[in-house]
Parts: sequence; C-alpha cells; structure tokens
Amino acid sequence: MKVLPVGDCVWEIPPSEKPGMRVPARIYASESLLGQMDKGVFEQVTNVACLPGIVRASLCMPDGHWGYGFPIGGVAAFRADTGVISPGGIGFDINCGMRLLRTTLTEDEVRPRLRELINALFAAVPSGVGAKGFVHLSEAQFSEVMVQGSGWCVKHGYGWPEDLERTEGQGCLPGADPAHVSARAVSRGRDQLGTLGSGNHYLEIQVIRPGGIHDPAAARALGVDAPGQVFVMFHCGSRGFGHQIATDYLRIFDQVMRHYGIVVNDRELACAPFRSPEGQAYFGAMTAAANSAFVNRQVITHRVREVLGRVFGKDPRELGLSVVYDVCHNTAKVERYPVDGELLDLIVHRKGATRAFGPGAPDLPEAYREIGQPVIIGGSMETGSALLVGTARAMAETWGSTAHGAGRTMSRAQAKRRVWGETLLKEMEARGVIVRAASKSGVAEEAGFAYKDLAAVVDVLHRLDISRRVASLTPIGNIKG
Amino acid sequence: MGRYEFLEEVALADCAVDVEGNDLDDLFATAAAALADVMVDPATVPSTVERTIALTAPQLDLLLYDWLSELIYRKDRDREVFTRAEVRVSGAGPFELTARVHGGVLDPERTALRADAKAVTFHQFALTSTDGAWRARIVIDI
Repeated sequence: MKVLPVGDCVWEIPPSEKPGMRVPARIYASESLLGQMDKGVFEQVTNVACLPGIVRASLCMPDGHWGYGFPIGGVAAFRADTGVISPGGIGFDINCGMRLLRTTLTEDEVRPRLRELINALFAAVPSGVGAKGFVHLSEAQFSEVMVQGSGWCVKHGYGWPEDLERTEGQGCLPGADPAHVSARAVSRGRDQLGTLGSGNHYLEIQVIRPGGIHDPAAARALGVDAPGQVFVMFHCGSRGFGHQIATDYLRIFDQVMRHYGIVVNDRELACAPFRSPEGQAYFGAMTAAANSAFVNRQVITHRVREVLGRVFGKDPRELGLSVVYDVCHNTAKVERYPVDGELLDLIVHRKGATRAFGPGAPDLPEAYREIGQPVIIGGSMETGSALLVGTARAMAETWGSTAHGAGRTMSRAQAKRRVWGETLLKEMEARGVIVRAASKSGVAEEAGFAYKDLAAVVDVLHRLDISRRVASLTPIGNIKG
Repeated sequence: MGRYEFLEEVALADCAVDVEGNDLDDLFATAAAALADVMVDPATVPSTVERTIALTAPQLDLLLYDWLSELIYRKDRDREVFTRAEVRVSGAGPFELTARVHGGVLDPERTALRADAKAVTFHQFALTSTDGAWRARIVIDI
C-alpha cells in the first residue's frame, strides 16, 4: 500500500490504493512513529475511508495502532444528512476519557503519606473485573443519570458546580434517549458508577518535575503553578453500561446494513445511516452512555476528594482539589464545520482520539477561552502523561481532534513474556512509584516498553500545531484495574 | 474439550483467540473456557454456581456472538464467571443453544483477576467447519 509524504509529519494513502475508498486516508506521524505502526492501522484507516458520507479524509493520529473497525487514534467525520454512524468508530467503551484534578499539595507533603494515600484510593475507587461501585440507584434514577450527566452529580452531592464547565460538553451531551437503551444495559451497568475497570484504565498521583512546564502562561491559566505540584489523573469510561449498548447496536447494525445497501470491509464497521431509525436510536443510547461515563468520572472525583481530605486532614477546597478538565476520547458528536464554503453538520467519530478545540470555542469556560481546550494525553504508567491545549489548526485540519495516548507497540502477551507483574511492581517502587493493582498480570501488560515514546507523539502534535504542549506530568503513585 | 490459542499479532490492545472444537458443541464450550481464561485464572474460581442458559439466533455465528456476550453480561450483572460449560447447539436456522455453566462469584480475595472483558467484537470474527471439526476466531475487547 502506497503511503506518500504530503507535508511535515503528514502522510496520505490515495483512494486508488483500495477499491471503494471515497476519500484519502491521512496519517499524522513522524517517519519513526509511522514505522512503528502495525499493518492493521493501514488496513483499518483505509477501510474507514470507504464508509458512506465520509468527508475530506479518514484520519489517524500519531498514537495510532491496530484496533477493531477504526484504528485506535482514528478520526472520521460523516455528513449528518447522508452519512453513517458506526459503533466501530466509537468503541465499546463509550466516552472512555481522561480527567485531571489539580491540588495545592507538593510532592514533599505527599511523599511521606503516599502509601497510605494509594491504599485509601485503591479501597475507595473499586477496580478490576466486574467491580461494583458505592452508588446504588433505581432504574428511574439511572435514567436521570443518562439524561443529566454530571449535573446529576452536582445535584446529589457528588460534585461542585464549577466542575461542570471544566468538563467537555459541561458533562452532558445533548440527545441522550433512555427509551433506546436496553434493560440489559441498565442491569449490567447500574451498580458500576465510581469504578475504574481494568486494561489500560488507571488512577495516578502525578507531579510536575523541574522542566515539566513548557508553556508558563497556558500552564498558569490551567492551574499548573510550579514544579513539585501534585495532580490526580484518571482514565476510565462508561463501564458495562456502555459496553452493553455498543454490543446491542453492533448486533442490530450487522443485520440492518443490507437493508440500506451498505457493504463494509470489516464487519466491525457495521453502521447505519445517521438519519435512519436505527442510527438515531443508537445515537440516543450511545449519548446516554457517554453521559454515564461523565458521571462515573465525577463520582470518582468525589471519592478522590473524600480520600485526600481525610488523609491530609483538610477540606478538599483547602487542598485546591479542582478539576482542570475532563475530556472524552471515544465518542461520536454532531459538530458544525465549514466544508467547501458551506457550514455542514457532521458526525465526528473519535476512537482513541481527543477533542482539541482551539481558542475561542464556545464550549470552553471563560478561563480557558483564550488558550484553547485542555487536552489530557495519558502515557504509560512508567513514563508519564502530558497536558496540552487545542489549536485553531486542529479545527481546520483534524475536525478539532488530536491524539489520546502513547499508543501500543507490543501485544499484551509479548509484554507479559518480557516482565512479571510482581517484578515490575518492585522495580517501579524502587524508582519511587507505588502501584496497587487488582490484576498483577495486568500490570505487566501495561509496562512502559509496550508503548510508543509519549514525548515523540507529543512532539508531532506540537510540530503539526494540532495541539500545543503545556506541561508534562510524572507518576509517583498508580492504581490499576 | 477442544483447544484455544491466544494470538499476539492481532489488535494489539485487545485479545484475539483462535478456538477449535471437535464438534459444534465442543467449539462453543471451548470458546467459553477461553473467555474465562481472559478474565481470571480459572484455577482460582470456585465451582459453586451452576446456571442454565438458553439462546436463539438466526445465524450460527451470531449464536456464538450472543453466547459469549451473555457470559460477559453475567460477569458484570451478577459478578459470576463460568469456567466450564456443557453446551448443546441445535436447529438449522434459527439456531438454538442450551447450556449448563459452572463457575463462581468473583471474589478478589480468592480469584486471580486478569482483564475485564468488555465485549466480543466482529473484527475478524469467523466460525468455520472442516471435516466435522469447527474453528472460530474471536477478538475480545479488554
């Protein structure tokens, strides 16, 4: 397959390379990162380019790797009037995302109590296979969660009012419709609010190291004050509720595609016209799951505030425990963009890709309007994470999207062969990082060497100006599912 | 029981498995065992729970999809994981499944947890038969 350079860190696969491609596929990567991408990326990004209604190009971010349906790191926009919506372009973990909390604590204050803190957080935020949370809701109350999102949490004492404006879409995406959610999805996920899950989901205590602030003005606006400052970052989604909604609709779309005359190269790309009854039903259910994911992260925020308040003997407000931002990386949303001189409503699918709206976006709180939307990129548990901001260039080039992580380069089985979970835990502890994990084998699967170099991914984003580097965060404690 | 093998070079962040069964019933039972092996160390799950599951699907491969999806669903709803199953598949479209499954309730103190299976994907999903033996490729999102 021809992958042609078309600009600095931009590569294109022309439509002539695969029958049925309606637009080119475009990959954003340095030559080195492109070389690390597995062959599945190229197959999948070109399969997406074949879907009905796709606009301009099928995109892959520099952290791209082989997923199912879309590549991880895949972004594609479809016309709302004639295009499709596909669960395979969103993922089973609907609104999997990242949240970053700041504190006024320093590493010197936290380090002596770090083990106590990690143990308390591990107890307060359940993780691992089949974990249940502490919030128990009736079906009617869970319907409120689906429709109200994070606002439900503020009403019920699980959040501060100001948390909402620091959450993508104010923590409540429009269009959620519980009528299109199955009873199975509700019974599967209703008791899981406030849980992490497993795989690459985590909660970390992080610090800013000397040299870790790259853009002091933007950092100040985001509440990143100085080296030594402690942050809490976590990564999770809609848990079993979202997984079941995706399962239900993938099964439905698999059967209705032929009715709409749609043929796909990968069955996981099963889709339906966005304006069809099935497309609209999925959008309503998927949005309900997205809102439940915001609630999940908000409930975890509440638990983190409780734990830090208890461990440090202070009110969480005294600890400055505010939300920096909460951003989704598995969604499809209706957004409006200029296309060939016309403003079009598009269904922007981001699968393992983060929204990165530039300065002036109306969705942003006043404090961030001049600097752009915060972008939280989780690296590996060993190497750290990054805080960036969105740019005008992202709005013009990538449907306001950027990368979401470092991106795997190694299978889970390969990682487990290279290191034992117990060994890695001891090595990390010797380096000053305390880890509590529900699954020891899961720790090995998430070793730093299984991922691309996060700095190389961030460097490409910065060079391309689809997001701007603000700060680097280094883990000192980690909870894993 | 049949055999299963986890694949390393398919869908890096997820879990791909090739399953073989001596017949269709065996394939379905072996696929269930492979799924349990993804989520837990099967040796650490007590055999304290038995359930009966009945499913119907218009296509045989969709019956396999629904079967594994049902087991994943029960892992979250009831916190039950099943490490052994006796399965009977019948019909010629629609297809029917009846199964007796054996396992236990997840107990983090006793059960060695692995990855939380989210769903069965359709990526490379295939169910085929050759000379009476059955094979399936399954990619599980974890």
